[in-house]
Amino acid sequence: MTVVDLEKGAPEDAPQHTSQHTSQDAPQASPQGTPGEAAAEGTPAGPAVAAAVPDVPRRIGGVTRSGVLSVFGAAASGLCVAVLLFGELAPFSGALGFFVTAYLSFLGLYAVLTGLEEDGQAVRDRVMTVVLWSAGGLMFAALTMVVGFTAWRGREALPHANFFTQDMQAAGPLDPLTDGGIAHAMLGTLIMIAIALAITVPLGLACAVYLNQIPGRFSRFVRTIVEAMTALPSIVAGLMVYAVWILNLGMQKSGLAAGFAISVMMLPIVIRAADVVLRLVPGTLTEASEALGAPRWRTVWHVVLPTARSGLATAVILGTARGIGETSPVLLTAGFTAALNADPTNGPMISLPLAVFNFVKSPEPTMIARGFGAAAVLMALVLVLFVIARVIGGRGPGHQNKRQARRAARASRRDARRFTELHTPGLELFATGSSGTDGDTERPERGTGNGAPSPHAPAPAPAPAPAPADGDPASRDNTPAPADGDPAPQGPPAPDNETRTGGAGGNSDAATGDAH
Amino acid sequence: MVSALKDSAGAESERPVPRRPSPARGLGDRVFRVQLTASGVIVLAIMAAVGLFLLLRAAQALRTRGVWGFLTTAEWQPDVHRFGIAAVLTGTLLIAAVAVTISVPLALGTALFISDIAPRPLRRTLVSMVDLMAAVPSVVYGLWGLFFLQQHVIGVSRWLSDWFGWIPFLHVDGTQPGEPLASQSVYTASTFVAGIVVALMVAPIQCSVMREVFAQAPAGEREGAYALGATRWGMIRAVVLPYGMGGIIGGTMLGLGRALGETIAVYLIISPVFTIQPHILQTGSNSVSSLIALHYGDASTFGMSALMAAGLALFLLTLAVNFTASSIVARSRSGAQSEA
Repeated sequence: MTVVDLEKGAPEDAPQHTSQHTSQDAPQASPQGTPGEAAAEGTPAGPAVAAAVPDVPRRIGGVTRSGVLSVFGAAASGLCVAVLLFGELAPFSGALGFFVTAYLSFLGLYAVLTGLEEDGQAVRDRVMTVVLWSAGGLMFAALTMVVGFTAWRGREALPHANFFTQDMQAAGPLDPLTDGGIAHAMLGTLIMIAIALAITVPLGLACAVYLNQIPGRFSRFVRTIVEAMTALPSIVAGLMVYAVWILNLGMQKSGLAAGFAISVMMLPIVIRAADVVLRLVPGTLTEASEALGAPRWRTVWHVVLPTARSGLATAVILGTARGIGETSPVLLTAGFTAALNADPTNGPMISLPLAVFNFVKSPEPTMIARGFGAAAVLMALVLVLFVIARVIGGRGPGHQNKRQARRAARASRRDARRFTELHTPGLELFATGSSGTDGDTERPERGTGNGAPSPHAPAPAPAPAPAPADGDPASRDNTPAPADGDPAPQGPPAPDNETRTGGAGGNSDAATGDAH
Repeated sequence: MVSALKDSAGAESERPVPRRPSPARGLGDRVFRVQLTASGVIVLAIMAAVGLFLLLRAAQALRTRGVWGFLTTAEWQPDVHRFGIAAVLTGTLLIAAVAVTISVPLALGTALFISDIAPRPLRRTLVSMVDLMAAVPSVVYGLWGLFFLQQHVIGVSRWLSDWFGWIPFLHVDGTQPGEPLASQSVYTASTFVAGIVVALMVAPIQCSVMREVFAQAPAGEREGAYALGATRWGMIRAVVLPYGMGGIIGGTMLGLGRALGETIAVYLIISPVFTIQPHILQTGSNSVSSLIALHYGDASTFGMSALMAAGLALFLLTLAVNFTASSIVARSRSGAQSEA
């Protein structure tokens, strides 16, 4: 871990380090080089020993010319070694083996190249950095390949318009791609996911709020169960609905049953994600609401949920993306049909992933092409959902996007203006009478009471907020109190008060009444 | 509700009594509380119903066969009362083992890459891409594995079995080392191919759990390591990895839970066999979930009961794995909060 190598003396060490930094950071390196230079200048022995510790800071990350050259050099020679080995040994076949060989020889050569000018630790660091870069690269290459391959193979079926408008009722396995389509599967997916959302969103969000708002042993237990259920095998969800709905209740396979199965699978996912988002709502906001006297349900409805809105939407959309793509629950519960069926309660229904699954089980190339086309449509659907989730969510709770921030700023400017208009006659007194609440108690009294003198104060209209809460002077004295006699900071608290009043609706007067 | 509040407020305004911060006050809050608790109970009931109904339905098959017989029989012929999950369970575990072996280094590397190595502006994009990868439908992975990956993996499978065939589980029947003309079909539809595909499906989940825990490694200790002269990899080894050990183990197990239950991708790739098949490179494998997907259509009432029993076994297995995983992750998280 330590750079400091006490056994090595300055004379051996210093030149090595200076040469190492020649390329780009010469100006940075030169002040650090002073101890070594001092030693070279022949200062007395004592300080020289102390200065023998090379005080060169470790480079962390960053790009150097020699580093880049080493990477490219090692890559080129790794490639060459692989070509050579492949020609000679030929134990592998296929592109995959070639890449593995090339990569391994690249790593070895890179380690050797770096070792020419760095110590062992730095070599390990460089090599591991490259390994981690390639792990990340491999992951995203896999993602790109999976998505790209599906889109590429889907290109045969996708250009035909009938693919989106017809069902497979009239099209046999041998028919060309100009016959038949996946309209029935698309409709089925929409109906099933709508049923699942109708169950999951209210129940899941309520349960997430429950986990956050009513702590206790039972809610901890529910949370544990839900967390364990997030990885519930989806086929087990299908089996459960099959057992309950079809075997016990004697219903037939239908879109409704499939919707139930998808809900069972989605529910833990949505609850868990929403729970995480709700936990991030700042405690200060809920405490402020509580302090204003709002009951818990109003706090949740007007403070907690709006604050976490974008995160909750993200949770629901990501759950939807998972639910749309699940095949196995639908496989057990929806039955199979080639016809368009818009009635979820009656008759079998099919969803996109199930259609893909059934298409590619066929050996016919046209059916497989249809399968890839349906998979590409499914993938596009998931991508769109995902992008929507990222656009509206992705921010922490309470963070605003530009438009929301502008709107909030406009509202608070308006409130600030109204507030200053309201208090115009007393402004100079606010400024001068800096101390004491009694100055404040009188000021607003006069300001609202005299109302008329202020030229442009529409006194009765904006007055409701602070003034006539209950006509009680004590409460008036409390409202401006945080401003502490200074008109400038009076702006910020005012809009806050206003928005809370607006948001909490009828509760506002109770809140002001209870504020003290 | 509001008027009641107003009244109480009016009464209180005379004598300022601080409101008691009890979790429920007033009618509205009581209703609210009851509703929320009800939703919690409903969710719990649904989750309990999964286990309960599977058990109920599986009882007939389990009574006939006995639990031990059910666990140790490899065949699947429920109509003559000879069935068990020894073969499919072995297959499930082997596929999951291959998947985890491949996915953990990949997920760990990607998580470290995102949390420590990647350029800062790139990190958010990378995180969303990992999340997207977790949202890709399993049937799409299955298609990719079946139509693209399989033909490219055959070379690797052959190389592995040629050179390491002396390791029992890498052996492939019907091939001789160094015999290049052996049929390629013995390497297709194997546990190995299915495992690779499942690895890609579980790696994003593992990665996001690990990354979350790594991101919580205290900045003070990171900087301390740098101040002592550590390289970046030195810092990762000395601070981030020990700190994130809980996350690594927990994330690995969460991925394992997903890998055990994966259905469609495995079903598309493997060719089902009902003997215990320990050779992972050889064609033929099976898993509990693909057994259910394969046989649910043609099952008699008793056969369905047997499938329910298999589903119950899978359910209990994943539940055990997930409980362990989430408790490990939770412990590592709570430690993070106390130290931060």
